[in-house]
This record gives sequence, structure tokens and C-alpha cells, in this order.
Amino acid sequence: MTRKQRRGLLIGLGVGVLSVAAILVLFALRDTVVFFHTPSDVSEKKIPAGQRIRLGGLVADGSVKRGDGARVGFTVTDTLKTVPVTYQGILPDLFREGQGVVAEGKLDATGVFIADNVLAKHDENYMPPEVAKSLKERGVELGDTKSHPGGATAPAAGTN
Amino acid sequence: MVVELGHFALILALVVAGVQMVVPALGAWRGDGRMMAIGEPAALIQLGLLLASFIALGYAFTTSDFSVANVFQNSHSTKPMIYKISGVWGNHEGSMLLWVLILALFGAAVAAFGQNLPATLRARVLSVQASIAFAFCMFILATSNPFARLDPAPVEGQGLNPILQDPALAIHPPLLYAGYVGFSIAFSFAIAALIEGRTDAAWARWVRPWTLAAWLCLTLGIALGSWWAYYELGWGGWWFWDPVENASFMPWLAGTALLHSALVMEKREGLKVWTILLAILTFSLSLLGTFLVRSGVLTSVHAFAVDPERGVFILGLMVIFIGGGLALFALRAGELRQGGLFAPISREGGLVLNNILLTTACATVLVGTLYPLALEAVTGDKISVGPPFFNLTFGPLMLPLLLALPFGPFLAWKRGDIGGAAQRLFVAALVALVAVVVSLAVFQRGPWLAPFGIALGVFVMMGAISEIAHRVKLGSASREEVLRKIGNLPRSVIGTALAHFGVGLMVVGIVATSAYQTETVLVMKPGESADVAGYRLTFRGVSPSQGPNYREQIGTFEVTRGGEPVVALYPSKRIYNQPPQPTSEAGIHASWRGDLYTVLGDAQQDGAGYSMRIYFNPLVRFIWIGALIMSIAGCISLADRRLRVGAPIRGQRRRSSPQPAE
Repeated sequence: MTRKQRRGLLIGLGVGVLSVAAILVLFALRDTVVFFHTPSDVSEKKIPAGQRIRLGGLVADGSVKRGDGARVGFTVTDTLKTVPVTYQGILPDLFREGQGVVAEGKLDATGVFIADNVLAKHDENYMPPEVAKSLKERGVELGDTKSHPGGATAPAAGTN
Repeated sequence: MVVELGHFALILALVVAGVQMVVPALGAWRGDGRMMAIGEPAALIQLGLLLASFIALGYAFTTSDFSVANVFQNSHSTKPMIYKISGVWGNHEGSMLLWVLILALFGAAVAAFGQNLPATLRARVLSVQASIAFAFCMFILATSNPFARLDPAPVEGQGLNPILQDPALAIHPPLLYAGYVGFSIAFSFAIAALIEGRTDAAWARWVRPWTLAAWLCLTLGIALGSWWAYYELGWGGWWFWDPVENASFMPWLAGTALLHSALVMEKREGLKVWTILLAILTFSLSLLGTFLVRSGVLTSVHAFAVDPERGVFILGLMVIFIGGGLALFALRAGELRQGGLFAPISREGGLVLNNILLTTACATVLVGTLYPLALEAVTGDKISVGPPFFNLTFGPLMLPLLLALPFGPFLAWKRGDIGGAAQRLFVAALVALVAVVVSLAVFQRGPWLAPFGIALGVFVMMGAISEIAHRVKLGSASREEVLRKIGNLPRSVIGTALAHFGVGLMVVGIVATSAYQTETVLVMKPGESADVAGYRLTFRGVSPSQGPNYREQIGTFEVTRGGEPVVALYPSKRIYNQPPQPTSEAGIHASWRGDLYTVLGDAQQDGAGYSMRIYFNPLVRFIWIGALIMSIAGCISLADRRLRVGAPIRGQRRRSSPQPAE
């Protein structure tokens, strides 16, 4: 086998593996990617029921209701709109009323968000970065978020 | 006073790095031996200064000097001493100082042990190494000074994030950085070789041990981080494909490929251009990892520094080093001489396949990590790319890699015999088939692919054993002969087989725990029992307790199996004093069969019961033991005398009789 043929074979193998990987990546990006939405997005963009999304916002004050067993219900708000959420399981340590949360799951036909995963990982200001960012884009000022932003969610509860 | 000395030492280190960056390179260009010789003392002085600076910061932390802003923000006087010390690198500023310190350590090691390197190569390597140190010292001084003072000094600090207060996490960052930064040596050697316009086997002989050392630190560091996430975060998982995890995993994948391609270069003088490119890419991915974590562009539990100024600075450094390195590569790579010929079926061919698959896998991880950033920048849509993406892309690429892995060591250099290799792997394949049947019988449920995944891991493990058995002629030679041969095995051969064995073990653990993990969420009242994976857990209630800097609620489980008491588990919920943050401590019963993993949830509103999460993770221990074996294998391989003796002599002989250029 000449050097040229050998090199051709190597390049062929490399290109082959790369194209397989590229096809896999394209398929995976189409099927497995989960979009992040705030409650305002959910009402504006008419997210279809059954589509997997991440819902981010603040846990509305006084909204956490524990059902039978490990079932929990709460409301996610971005102070403009709210979405009711139910979740079966243990909430993360950092889950708190008035603080940021990201829930992953699907909307059902009645507009209730069925979460199968609740994340409360956040920065030191008790706010998941994407939640903080989208709140900021919507012009929601939380002031000094280092302190517990307890009052921040009160207006939403009132307008709803 | 000590703090100011530390600050001053850091500034001096910047100056020394500047000198070390310019003078030896100029000397190598002009052929001035005296200028080149400045590199070694400069590297040692730079290390000394950075060490002094680091110790000064450590002093401020251990004496709780809250007049230093960094100590105030990240420490607390009631914190246990070990976490005061680990607090030094538990924050952005201190961890960057540690980064540069390790960089200087590697540079000084080249200066101290590189006496047998050609003078110009050594001067250029030290110069490139110093340029990285210079850039990062500048970064620290300009945007993240750990020695900044507060006036008036606060009485008490704000404390360290409680989830970082953990023994594994105290040593995780230093190991991870030793890995990241260790690849800088491969980078510096690659750049120096491109400037010289020449590489040979001696070059690879030099690069390989450094890459190996960095790789084994990174392996340990990642494994430790994964172990920490497993028991500390209370999610029962060990790997989340979190962007920050990916940031450390990508250099590992590229570094693993580099280890294997440097082997071809060392033994056969092949794949020169590719190896140089891979050395540049590996360190580039380390820089990318540093950027992703430090700039706060990622949504992640680790990205605690959201500071655009820093992000832009590191981005600039990345552009200079990666762009510069690749540009130099594009300019000079054509001048490197090509190495020996080999057939597609050969040891070289196997290593090429390894490299193609590893780098492609690395590319898929890169796409998955950066795609959300790119999409958000372009369309504004926020997405998350989670485990399903990586399982679908990374997984299929690992399949052929693992299948081909055991064949590699059985193939000869230049021209291999695949039939002969298959014959020698007959026993391994047989054992793997038995593993399919056994895992079907034991687990009896779960995805149909899982038993084959376990068998693949067993095949890799048995392949490694077969290689050693074949080398010592087990079964055909007399017992004395076999023992003598075992004693004579080169350490690098033992290291290779052991590392591959570790990979197999890890695969078995990963497949078993991913496919057969059980998760039970329920509410339990004191006195109630639950049955999980053959264990009976009886809940005995919750009692309060007081730790050194936290309060906690400790739940008690009595665990029995077949009526026999096994263990008592104490999952707890803690509230730290400063910062007042809650954490969960899982109660874990670890065994070879698997881990019983309990998490205490919230009390029910009527006060009668607690929600609980109970996992059983089969064979999960194999994952970390596999990683540990891989690191130990790296150490054994590093101790091989052939890696050290004779390199310069070979190098000189090669240079005096150049091969015909292509």
C-alpha cells in the first residue's frame, strides 16, 4: 500500500467517523434539546401541551402546597404571569418561596405544569442565572437580591 | 504586612515571567548560550515567588484576616481549619493563583530536570511556558487581585459555600488544575517544536511523561469531583453532563488521545503533525475550560464568578494562545518530516482509530456544551442540552472504541495480524458472553442493551488480562519461566494493561448503575419500613444535632437484609450558620453489590412523616475504582525507566543522520 493510499484510507476513516458523529449530533439536537421559558413566555408563545420545556421563575410566596405523599404543588411566577406546577418527589435543599427555581417537565391540557425534575441550583444571589437574566430582560427589578426577595413576588399574586 | 509581601511577590513573579518569556527565546534565535541559560534560574525564581505569594494568601486565610477582601468573602472564623486552608482555592481569585502556581511548578520542573534537552528547545519551551504565566499573572493582578484590602476591616467573614466544605472538594481543585495546567507543557513543547521546525522521537519521549502526569492528575481530579457530586448533592447520580463537568472532560478526552498518538511518534516517528496539533488542542481545551468556568457564561452550580471584565480578559488570552498556536501550526506544520509507513491493520492503525474516535467524541461534547451559548447569542432562545443529547452522541462513539480497544495491544507495529489477535482474545470474548448471560439472570429487567454493555466492559477487562497472560506465556511455559517473565515485564506494559482494565471496570459500573438504578420516593412515619433491592429499611425518626458550624436534623434508618441487621444509615439535613444555607447529607451504605443511598426530605405538614428518597445504585463503586486503577496505572507507567534513560542519546543520533525528506 502506498503512502498515498494509506493517507486516503486514514482520511476516509476520519471523515466517515466525523460524518456519523455529525448526523448523531443533528438528530440529538433536534430531539433532546429542552427550551427554557418563563411564565410570560408560556402564555405568549402558546407552548403546546406535552412538549418538554424548562420553566424558570420565582416560587410565588405562599403557593407551596404539600399534597398526599411526596406530591407538592407550587406556583412559578416572573411577577407578570404565573404557572401552577405539580411535582412528585423531594424538593431540592435550596427550594424556597420567593426564590428562583427551574422546573423541567410538560404542560398538561389544563395548563398545569407537570414537573419531573426541580432544580434550585443558583449563584450566591439565590437566583438561577437564566432566571435572573430573563427577569432582567422583562424589566423586573429585584433590587438587592442578596437579601431574601420576599416582597418581589407579592404583586404577581395580587394581579393574578 | 505578610499580605502586602504576597502581593509584591506576585508582581515580581510577573516581571520574572516577562524576562523568562523574552530573553531565552531571543537567545535561541541568536544562538546566544548565555541568554538561553537565563530560562532555568528564572523558572525557579518564578516558582519561588508564586509559592511565597500563595503562602501569604494561605496565611491570611488561616489567621482569618478579614481585612483582606477575599478572606472576608470566603471564610469565617468558626470554620474548621482544613476548610480555611481549602478556602484559599475555593474562590475565583485564589484558584487562579493556584492555577499559575501549578503552571510555574511544571515550568520549574522542566528547568530542573531538562538538563538533557537540546539547549535551544529547552530555552524555547521555558519561554512559551513563561508567556502563559505572564498572561495569567497579568490577569490576576488586573482583574482578580486576591490581596485587595478592605478598610475598615470587618469583624467576621461571610463564610464558604457549605457544599464546598468537604474533604474531597478540598483536594479536587488542585488535582484538576494539575491536570489542566500540566497540558501546558505539551503545548509549550509543541510551540517550541514548531518554532524549531523539527521534531523527533526524543521530543515525544519528553512530552509523553508530562502528558501522562497531567492526565493522571486530571483523571483523579474528575473522579474525585464525580464522587463528591454523588454523595454531596444528594441526587443519587455521579455524572450530570453539566457544562462545568464537560469543561474538564474535554481536555481529558483530548489528553487521552494525545497520550496514544505520542506513543506512535515515540516508537515509530509517525503522526508527528497530528500529535503536535493534538498537543495544542488539548491545552486549548484546558484554557476553554478555565474560561467557561471562570467567566460565568455558563448556567452552572460552579459558575460563581459573573464578571464580564474577567470573561473578556480570559477570552482575549484564549484568542492569543489558541489562535497564535494554531496559526503557527498552519505556517510551520508543512515543514515537519513525515514518519514511518504502516499498514492499516497495525498497532499504529489501532492508535489512529483510537485518536479519531476520541477526538470526535470530544468534538460532540464540545458541540453540546457550546451550542446553547451560540444559540442564545444568535436567536436569544435559551435551551439546555442535557444527558439525552450526550447519551445519543457520545455513547455510540464509545462503542467501537471499546470493541477495538483489546485488539490494539495484540497488533504488531507496522503490520499486524488481526486473525492472530482475535485468536488470543477468544477467552476474553467467551467470558464476555458468560457476562451477558449472568447479567440477564441477575438483573432480569431493564433495557435489553445493558447486558451487552456490561459484556463490553468485561471484554475490555479480560482483554487486558489476556495481553499480560500472553506476554508471560501463561499456560505454555513452566511456572518458573512465567514468574521470571512477570518480573521482567516493562512497567509501561503493566501500566497499559492496568489502565485498560480500569476502563473496562468503569464501563461495567457505568452501564450497571445507569440501566439498573432504582429510585423510590415515599413518605415514611417513624416505625414504618420500606423494601428496596433486597434490603428492608426501617425509619426510626429524626433527631436534632449540632455540628461545628451548622445545625442538623438527623434521620435514622435501620437496615436489615433477610432479617439480619446490616447497618444504620443517618441521612441528614443541615443548616449552616454562615452563610445560612441548607444542605442534604445522604446516608449511604456502600458495598460491592451496589450502594444503598438515602436522602431525607421535608417533614410533612401534619408533622407525622417525612418524605424520603431511596436509591439503589448497582456496582456504582466500580466507576471510581476504575478511575483510581487508571491513575495508578499512569503512575506505574511513569515509573518506567525507558521513559527517562537514553532519550538524549537517541535524539542526537537521529539528528546526525537525518531521514530523507519527503
